[in-house]
Amino acid sequence: MAKVIEGLYYSESHEFVRVEGDYGFIGITDYAQNALGNVVYVDMPEVDDEVTAGEEFGAVESVKAASDLNSPVSGTVVEVNEALEDTPELINQDAYENWIIKVELSDKSELENLMDAKAYEAFCAK
Amino acid sequence: MESNTESNNIKRTCLYDKHIALGALMSPFGGFDMPIQYAGITPEHMAVREKVGVFDVSHMGEVTVSGKDAERYVQHIFTNDVAGAPIGKIYYGMMCYEDGGTVDDLLVYKMGEGQFFLVINAANIDKDWAWMQAQAKGFDIDLQNRSDYYGQIAVQGPEAERTVESVLGLQCSELAFYTVKAIGDIIVSRTGYTGEDGFEIYASHEYIRDSWDRLIEAGIQPCGLGCRDTLRFEVGLPLYGDELSADISPVMAGLSMFVKLDKPEFIGREALARQKAEGVAKKLVGIELQDKAIPRHGYTVLKDGQPIGEVTTGYHTLSTDKSVCMALIDSRFAALGTEVEIQIRKKTFPGTVVKKRFYDKHYKK
Repeated sequence: MAKVIEGLYYSESHEFVRVEGDYGFIGITDYAQNALGNVVYVDMPEVDDEVTAGEEFGAVESVKAASDLNSPVSGTVVEVNEALEDTPELINQDAYENWIIKVELSDKSELENLMDAKAYEAFCAK
Repeated sequence: MESNTESNNIKRTCLYDKHIALGALMSPFGGFDMPIQYAGITPEHMAVREKVGVFDVSHMGEVTVSGKDAERYVQHIFTNDVAGAPIGKIYYGMMCYEDGGTVDDLLVYKMGEGQFFLVINAANIDKDWAWMQAQAKGFDIDLQNRSDYYGQIAVQGPEAERTVESVLGLQCSELAFYTVKAIGDIIVSRTGYTGEDGFEIYASHEYIRDSWDRLIEAGIQPCGLGCRDTLRFEVGLPLYGDELSADISPVMAGLSMFVKLDKPEFIGREALARQKAEGVAKKLVGIELQDKAIPRHGYTVLKDGQPIGEVTTGYHTLSTDKSVCMALIDSRFAALGTEVEIQIRKKTFPGTVVKKRFYDKHYKK
């Protein structure tokens, strides 16, 4: 069973947001890393790039395929997880610990459009 | 994540239920619902490079040609030269259109005098069969599509010979590379699509199912099409649809050694001879990137910002830890060492034209 964590927000394209104050840490879920298999590359935006809810901001690549990353929320990238540049497989080890970008949220009401842990668990079970 | 929405007409190999029982990730390929991976592409890839693995390749098509004109017919449709071939020898080559474009790439097994066994790609079975029938006029041959009869497994890797002999009890050590023998109704050849030593076994569904079970029980790693692709790619072997197509001739793909222009006649000979003499507008090359971003099929290759071609297959290779691809590009930029760029999503990444073999083959010749 894929791990789902309480207190995070989840998108239908299997990204999560962990909110701390005005910031959101965005990554892919345990379900997503498991479906992808070995992550060999993470294509990340740059600091100060704008991301928009529902739009692509990068990609995670497994051996077989590239999967787009869609931002669950809008905002400005304030940090990227540089550890993933050399060790992308960290995502396979713990997808929730190894967030991909940190975003300053421009509209916190967007979080209401996302799923909570219970809803996401049900979504994955479909 | 993508979901599998492929429809009704999809076929299953004789080992389908076994893949499901092993928990394989399944996906459509060449009209069949095929296993992509079991343990994962990386461990399966490494099993074949370092030890041994078994693949279900029952989706491949088989056509037999026999009769008085069998050799003359094969010579007519096939780019390689089987004239006077010894029994048991296998040839790799292509069937081409008159304009030199590729109908399919295939193996031709000489099973006996006037008896040939042709192995074709799953995705092309219907097209090839129609093509072969259409070319058969005026030849005294018996042409049969045996694709539904034969199942096929490939046992590949440095321990393949020992595995086939000890687990399956098929004597095969005397087989040289690219030779075949029939043991009753079972066809065993020293061939493969991984760059390693290995065998391909063609037989009835019943025999193939039993052999698969015995190999799995013996602890042999089942391997999916995922690592079949990474393995063949690393050693520069083409996949029809990527490196060969109706628009990509064997000369463009760098496979001229399998096109015997000294043969008096075969379909496509004139066009291919012209391509060889005059040069081709596009050529298949290898490209190595400095970055880890992965060039995928269809991505654009650029020179000084101008498009010059497309990626045909690309990976971050498992054996060498580099992002590399094969690409069909404007021949003017095909020289080794040429600096190019590849568009990957929103960015371009610098790369260098290299040989399109990223890992050395380990055949037992």
